[in-house]
Amino acid sequence: MFENFFADPVTLFKGALAGLVFGFLLQKGGVTRYRVILGQFLLKNFTVIKVMLTAIVVGGVGIYAMRAMGLEVALHIKNAALLGNVLGGLIFGVGMAILGFCPGTGVAAMADGARHAIPGVLGMLVGAALYAEAYPFLKSEILGIGDFGKATLDSVTGLSPWWFIALTAVIAIVGFVGLERWEKRRA
Amino acid sequence: MIKILRKDRWSPYLVGTGIGMLSWVTFAWMNKTLGVSTTMVRAAGAMESVVAKSHVESNAYFVKYLGTALEPKPVFEWQFALVVMLFFGALLAAKLAGSKFEEQVPGLWAWRFGSSKWIRYLGAFLGGVILLFGARMAGGCTSGHGISGALQLAVSSWAFFLSMIVGGAITAFIIFGKGGRDHV
Repeated sequence: MFENFFADPVTLFKGALAGLVFGFLLQKGGVTRYRVILGQFLLKNFTVIKVMLTAIVVGGVGIYAMRAMGLEVALHIKNAALLGNVLGGLIFGVGMAILGFCPGTGVAAMADGARHAIPGVLGMLVGAALYAEAYPFLKSEILGIGDFGKATLDSVTGLSPWWFIALTAVIAIVGFVGLERWEKRRA
Repeated sequence: MIKILRKDRWSPYLVGTGIGMLSWVTFAWMNKTLGVSTTMVRAAGAMESVVAKSHVESNAYFVKYLGTALEPKPVFEWQFALVVMLFFGALLAAKLAGSKFEEQVPGLWAWRFGSSKWIRYLGAFLGGVILLFGARMAGGCTSGHGISGALQLAVSSWAFFLSMIVGGAITAFIIFGKGGRDHV
């Protein structure tokens, strides 16, 4: 299992580059801070949703535009095993509200002075190992329920992906304008 | 340029745009998607194998990501390198801004559970266990599903994203209540 421990150097270089930029951005955005994450869940500080929705819209527009221009950009869709997605998402939310970080921001937070992110990341490793033990059971009992395969919003509705990208963009822009006004009024 | 890099905080819209553009690069150039939680599985499997190699090799979930004894897959691959350098990217950003931030017990937590460092560390540990268990059940985390998956319009990712917000908000309000808002 562990004979070829490392992938090839080019692959590793690319991953390292992406990680460096990603970590840099997360810290600059302030989402490596516990109070920002909990502020989001307590609906007081909306930094997390601003960062995420902007990334989704910008990323989505670019990737679907590249595909529309005929560039070879493959999609990487994860299985819609809906019971697992929803149950897993709820459990994830519970853990994130207790820890105050998600996996990526937790690793970044260790570098940004949050000592308590260290036991948090250790917990993540234990959580991964526990999941591996539970996997055979979950696979047979839960992960097969509501399985639609690699479904996307456009594939299940038969509409163009651009409708959904446009809808997300409109929700984001209207939401952001509203949020900024509300934040200014409150301040 | 240097001045921008030294700035303490960037606008969340700028940061979001940067992450979105980074995903263009990972898709188009690297044929990969930003993600973190699978690396926790690989790391956990590699560490567990030091003490229980045959147990790890017979576990279907570890085999999925690490391969079998006959056909091994690399432990330290693209995403693993990403996660390691994620740490250094955040470190670089904090150092450039001259950040002296250090936190053992966050204010909100201390207000609710007291200022004991060990109680907070235990809480953070348990939170991490729950978090990653959920991520693997869902098939991804905030990066893999929340950003990379949602931007591809994946049904699975939007289902995860909305559930995660609901689960997190309910938990935060149960633990801290409305009064917690004065401490974040």
